[in-house]
Amino acid sequence: MASSYKDEDGHITVSGSGAAAGAGAGSLRSKKPENTAFKQQRLPAWQPILTAGTVLPAFFIIGLMFIPIGIGLYVTSNNIKEFEIDYTGVEMSSPCFTCAQNFSWNSTKPCTCSVPFHLDQPYESNVFMYYGLSNFYQNHRRYVKSRDDSQLNGNEESLRKPSKECEPYAKHGNKPIAPCGAIANSMFNDSLELIYNDPNGTKVQIPLTATGIAWWTDKHVKFRNPGAENTNLTVVFQGTTQPVNWRRPVFQLDSDPDNNGFINEDFIVWMRTAALPTFRKLYRIIQRRSNVHPTLPRGNYTLEVVYSILTEKPRWDPVFLLNERNPDYPVRSFEGRKRMILSTISWMGGKNPFLGIAYVSVGSVCFLLGVLLLLIHHKYGNRNNAAEISH
Amino acid sequence: MDFSLLRNIISRYCAGEENWVDSRTVYIGHKEPPPGAEAYIPQRYPDNRIVSSKYTFWNFIPKNLFEQFRRIANFYFLVIFLVQLIIDTPTSPVTSGLPLFFVITVTAIKQGYEDWLRHKADCSINECPVDVVQQEKVVRTQSHKLRVGDVVMVREDETFPCDLIFLSSSRDDGTCYVTTTSLDGESSHKTYYAVPDTMAFKTEQEVDSLHATIECEQPQPDLYKFVGRINIYKDKEEPVSRTLGAENLLLRGATLKNTQHIYAVAVYTGMETKMALNYQSKSQKRSAVEKSMNAFLIVYLCILISKAVINTVLKYAWQWSPDRDEPWYNHRTENERQRHVVIRAFTDFLAFMVLFNYIIPVSMYVTVEMQKFLGSYFITWDEEMFDEELGQGAQVNTSDLNEELGQVEYVFTDKTGTLTENNMEFIECCVDGNVYIPHAICNGQILSAASSIDMIDSSPGGYRREYEDLFFRALCLCHTVQVKEEETVDGIKRGIHQGRPTSFYISSSPDEVALVEGMKRLGYTYLRLKDNYMEILNKDDEIERFELLHVLNFDSVRRRMSVIVKSISGEYLMFCKGADSSIFPRVVSGKVEQVKTHVEQNAVEGLRTLCVAYRRLSESEYQEACHYLTEAKLALQDREQRLAQAYDVIERDFVLLGATAVEDRLQEKAADTIESLHKAGIKVWVLTGDKMETATATCYASKLFRRSTQILELTKKRTKEQSLHDVLFELSRTVLRQRSISGLSVDCLDFGLIIDGATLSAVLKPSQEVSGHGNYREIFLEICRNCSAVLCCRMAPLQKAQIVKLIKSSKEHPITLAVGDGANDVSMILEAHVGIGIMGKEGRQAARNSDYAIPKFKHLKKMLLVHGHYYYIRIAELVQYFFYKNVCFIFPQFLYQFFCGFSQQPLYDTAYLTLYNISFTSLPILLYSLVEQHVTIDTLKREPSLYRDIAKNSLLRWPVFLYWTCLGVFDAVIFFFGAYFLFDNTTFTSNGQMFGNWTFGTLIFTVLVFTVTLKLALDTRHWTWINHFVIWGSLLFYVIFSLLWGGIIWPFLNYQRMYYVFMQMLSSGPAWLSIILLITVSLLPDVIKKVLCRAICPTATERAQVSQKLLPGSVAEVTPLSFRRSYKGRSTDSTLLHLGAAETLSLHSCSPLPQKLLAHLAEGGGSDLTSLSPYMLRLSGAGVAYYAPGPETPV
Repeated sequence: MASSYKDEDGHITVSGSGAAAGAGAGSLRSKKPENTAFKQQRLPAWQPILTAGTVLPAFFIIGLMFIPIGIGLYVTSNNIKEFEIDYTGVEMSSPCFTCAQNFSWNSTKPCTCSVPFHLDQPYESNVFMYYGLSNFYQNHRRYVKSRDDSQLNGNEESLRKPSKECEPYAKHGNKPIAPCGAIANSMFNDSLELIYNDPNGTKVQIPLTATGIAWWTDKHVKFRNPGAENTNLTVVFQGTTQPVNWRRPVFQLDSDPDNNGFINEDFIVWMRTAALPTFRKLYRIIQRRSNVHPTLPRGNYTLEVVYSILTEKPRWDPVFLLNERNPDYPVRSFEGRKRMILSTISWMGGKNPFLGIAYVSVGSVCFLLGVLLLLIHHKYGNRNNAAEISH
Repeated sequence: MDFSLLRNIISRYCAGEENWVDSRTVYIGHKEPPPGAEAYIPQRYPDNRIVSSKYTFWNFIPKNLFEQFRRIANFYFLVIFLVQLIIDTPTSPVTSGLPLFFVITVTAIKQGYEDWLRHKADCSINECPVDVVQQEKVVRTQSHKLRVGDVVMVREDETFPCDLIFLSSSRDDGTCYVTTTSLDGESSHKTYYAVPDTMAFKTEQEVDSLHATIECEQPQPDLYKFVGRINIYKDKEEPVSRTLGAENLLLRGATLKNTQHIYAVAVYTGMETKMALNYQSKSQKRSAVEKSMNAFLIVYLCILISKAVINTVLKYAWQWSPDRDEPWYNHRTENERQRHVVIRAFTDFLAFMVLFNYIIPVSMYVTVEMQKFLGSYFITWDEEMFDEELGQGAQVNTSDLNEELGQVEYVFTDKTGTLTENNMEFIECCVDGNVYIPHAICNGQILSAASSIDMIDSSPGGYRREYEDLFFRALCLCHTVQVKEEETVDGIKRGIHQGRPTSFYISSSPDEVALVEGMKRLGYTYLRLKDNYMEILNKDDEIERFELLHVLNFDSVRRRMSVIVKSISGEYLMFCKGADSSIFPRVVSGKVEQVKTHVEQNAVEGLRTLCVAYRRLSESEYQEACHYLTEAKLALQDREQRLAQAYDVIERDFVLLGATAVEDRLQEKAADTIESLHKAGIKVWVLTGDKMETATATCYASKLFRRSTQILELTKKRTKEQSLHDVLFELSRTVLRQRSISGLSVDCLDFGLIIDGATLSAVLKPSQEVSGHGNYREIFLEICRNCSAVLCCRMAPLQKAQIVKLIKSSKEHPITLAVGDGANDVSMILEAHVGIGIMGKEGRQAARNSDYAIPKFKHLKKMLLVHGHYYYIRIAELVQYFFYKNVCFIFPQFLYQFFCGFSQQPLYDTAYLTLYNISFTSLPILLYSLVEQHVTIDTLKREPSLYRDIAKNSLLRWPVFLYWTCLGVFDAVIFFFGAYFLFDNTTFTSNGQMFGNWTFGTLIFTVLVFTVTLKLALDTRHWTWINHFVIWGSLLFYVIFSLLWGGIIWPFLNYQRMYYVFMQMLSSGPAWLSIILLITVSLLPDVIKKVLCRAICPTATERAQVSQKLLPGSVAEVTPLSFRRSYKGRSTDSTLLHLGAAETLSLHSCSPLPQKLLAHLAEGGGSDLTSLSPYMLRLSGAGVAYYAPGPETPV
């Protein structure tokens, strides 16, 4: 009985597979699936479970690692010396108030203001001098994109025909602007000098190094002057005009040919737009000269700010004319601030206590959690296992 | 389909005549009918070209693009892309254009290739040679040139080129055999009949001389229905009319078998063939996961819009002062300045939308689709779901519902062929009150069914003898079984079988085969049907011949079939067999009571019973019946209805002969499967057309009802005594009382409900009474909800679908699954959320219409408990993770707007924005969603209750979604403000140089990519080498990409903002330290939540994970435990039965093996039987045949 049925089944299979070869429904019939680990979903696997017991050690390890790292970072950060001075000149008492307020357009002589300050500690290693601006939206989208990277990379075509992104700072009159765009146009141009007032009364100007402040790759690859073989930048930039707010054309930024034109480091530093509206940028480096004397000894210093005139004839812009009567780098219209920062640097960069504190606190939290988990593990872990076995 | 419909409408419109709009007239051989005939409106028919391709060369691009942009995800992308093109947006159009272009192109190439294949297939089909009879000659032509009315010759093993009316065959009896594998998957040979008047035509000349027209209905997709009429004109006489039915219509796609050649005339061609009309795809089912996904999406869309609105408003509030709006260093262009403020605000709003658009994870759709498509392969690849006997594994017809398999709450199953094998065995028959049991013969062995007394030998003669003869003849004649002659290689085996040159029986109904086989064993062999004469070899080895006059076919409404035969002596006899309920009312004499008690007794044992009756017809009665039948058969309209009426008139006044009992064995492991489903919290309903008693017995055997189950009956028998209303209320009271008690005690009594079709329709019928209690539906549902098992018997196919619909639309909206094997289950398979077809003996209709097809019922267990479970947790994680990672991605950008003057400045570089979802974080989650196994397959199978952990969409509920979103926001805040405070106003490098905004973004992005990937790593439970490869690989890829991206000046870009940014960042110590710190902090809460949840209130799944870990791979430890558990569930009796069976086996096969077997059985018990069965199979076929019912015998 049963066997006769099996015969029938057998027959079905035979005729079926025969028919399937020709018919479109052949896909209905398939061969026996392969017995591979993957197809049978039986690949060997590591199966970790996140239980209190297994996570415990990890928490302790994290705790024990993070706390010392944090302490180390904190100590390092505390050892870094940093000095900051605001020279915006908003207050009447500020030495820069006069310059900021009363400088006249017609004057050919730049205004200079001296801000005295005192360093309590000697600065031993290299000292880095920054300028800081606040409330300055370098990360505004319209601002960020207002540049032409191919022009800055020395592309001749872009030099003559700046990208549309540079609008409205792409052309002045009929001449293309080099370098074009809002970023270049608003380049920071206060010049800062540092003078050490020796206890014996002499004023020593501290030598400031202007090289090495920009990323190496930026200076050597990303930024290039047009006309690679032609060293005469005046010729190269012929037919272009300087940004409207600039006083000098781009090929007169520096007397040093290696720091002139687009590869001027001050320019490059400015062109790297900051992430947040309050930012600082590296201005100069004070190299350590001798091993005996500190780079900046304790004592009184004077910061000399020379306000240069942004442009000789800024009349093309009525808004500018109305609001800005100031020759200095104008920040007061948007309630901005200007600072000068002196800082030493460690392996972990500048002063940043936050990182150390964060490490210590995360480490402690982990450690505490580890303890908590230990308790939980003792209380519940055994119970679960027992329940499982009885179950 | 729309086209053919349209065409139909047009052709109908053109035909214009009200009477014949629904029919067509075909001139055979294109010969005009004689002038005297009715004038027909000529119709235009399409040629025989099959067009399955969607596109042509010219319309491919527009049509394909249109199709693709109809999808919501693509459309969203397109809109964003267009917005980016039109307005000045923060991100370049490339960020959305590139992925869009990629997706569109890949899809277009894929579809184009598929369509090209279709074109090729169409071409080869359309150009395949066809033999057409023209001018008395056979002419070869191409398939697509075939026209309606052409006479075609088809040879053996050729496929029919279009729908044909069968005129004549090379076989003398005018039949041919056909397989319809490619149409409906049924591989059995079906017999088709030539038109009787033309079956004598043997040559082309004769065929060509035929002068006839065919009237038939317009094409319709039902494969099994055809109504037509042929008018044959001979020598100017009145035409002879014959009816044509589905048995005369050879369908395109079917293949001719066992017949040298046939002649046939084309009636439906090209796209009008039934095969082409059946191409239509089923309605789309959408899974619950997809629905919650869309709900989440809407939430995110709201978040997106509100973010954009908030930022726009804040922007205008902030830049109220002109120095903020346009400080001296940052002027607008003249154009922008002149723009109206409203337009500016709107543009800003759009720009913010573009900036934040990534929060809608468009790539999620692509990933989900890939996951579903690729994931479904694991079902087809599953070796455990492969059936050796059928040579088939599981099939996936739609991959959209994979995860729905993990959400099933109700399983509706058919009984015959689904729970049972549909492998019938004739057990006994009762003739006029006496019981006959055939020799239990299997392979020549007599088994120890000691009670098998061959009563025929001892049966007395005379009156009873006559009944007996009639009974056996009735069973030999009243069927539609075909005799299959031997011809294949297998025939050799069969020839040896039982030492006789045998033929074997084929029928669409296994019951019939069982009965005819049973008769053979009782001495009456049905030989064949030849020239309308049925030949029987009776007990005395004499051949009796009966002329077969009419067959009144079986249908599920009547539940009976009849034949009218004429014996040699000229007597007209009508034999009828059918369900007792349909026979008894039509019986006028016979030992009704005795047979009835016997039938009931058999039914209680779980046997399928049929009653047999006969009626002698006088000549006049026969003529009358004949008249009714021919009239009904000739009708072109309402033929079904009229036939039913005719049958009803003819089938009456029977004399009851007796009853038969056929056993349908339970499928292997059916009980185990049902038990597991119960444990998984799934309610199992059995819906069957069978008798209540039979079905109840099966339900007990399959553990649907246990001994402890309290049975509630809602049957006709009861509603006769009380009103339906009272019964319902009483039952609901019982159930509710129990529930209030069981609230206290855990081990509660469960209920089983039995309801029959008649009562059900009364329940579902909208009540006539106006008063409030009219709504039985609710009460009924309430009762059902409290029953763990429900048996619905005596169900019509449509009622099955009704029940499914009823449950589906009840207020909890549970997910339903219907499983069945036959055509009568199709309606419920289509109705349920998930339809599963069993590739059974009743053809492939169910499998064809189902979403998934499996070979056996037992595979349902793995399908739901393992595959369904996996797919659900995989897709749930996939969906939640996608939302999470996009929140993490976009929220920092939102926060950054507060620090950049709401200027829509993106935080990340374009490349990062574009590639984040495409390549940095896409593969790990895709692979996770393909291979994750939070518990092993074995654990899932062992502990069905784990299924309850994911019931009711538990991983995609709002609280869970909220948790993920909050986690995302938390992480985003950590990323942004962490970086903000670390970065704030300080130097990061040891050479004093400063970083810019792009470094800031890159730092955040690096933390982001690492955090979301590691978060996935924390969620991963199943670390195969693939996971390791993909997770670490994509992190590595991110690093390498960033190095490359910042490594050179890319000549094609107009900005070089990323140049050396990543390297500079890596060269800074504090950056490293902050990255590590931020990743740790972001991951911390999730880890703590996981650990605490697991420690304090672990779910069953988590417990299972631990126990799995505690007993790693220790089969020895696990098996006894699980065995003990399953052993407890089984009744002692059945175990004894195993042993009994094994003992019998040992006695009869006389081999030393059983000793070992018995020992093994005693040790391993029930659970090990299955592992043994292949071993036992080898012993002898007979042993297995006898052994198999053992575990499943009703207790």
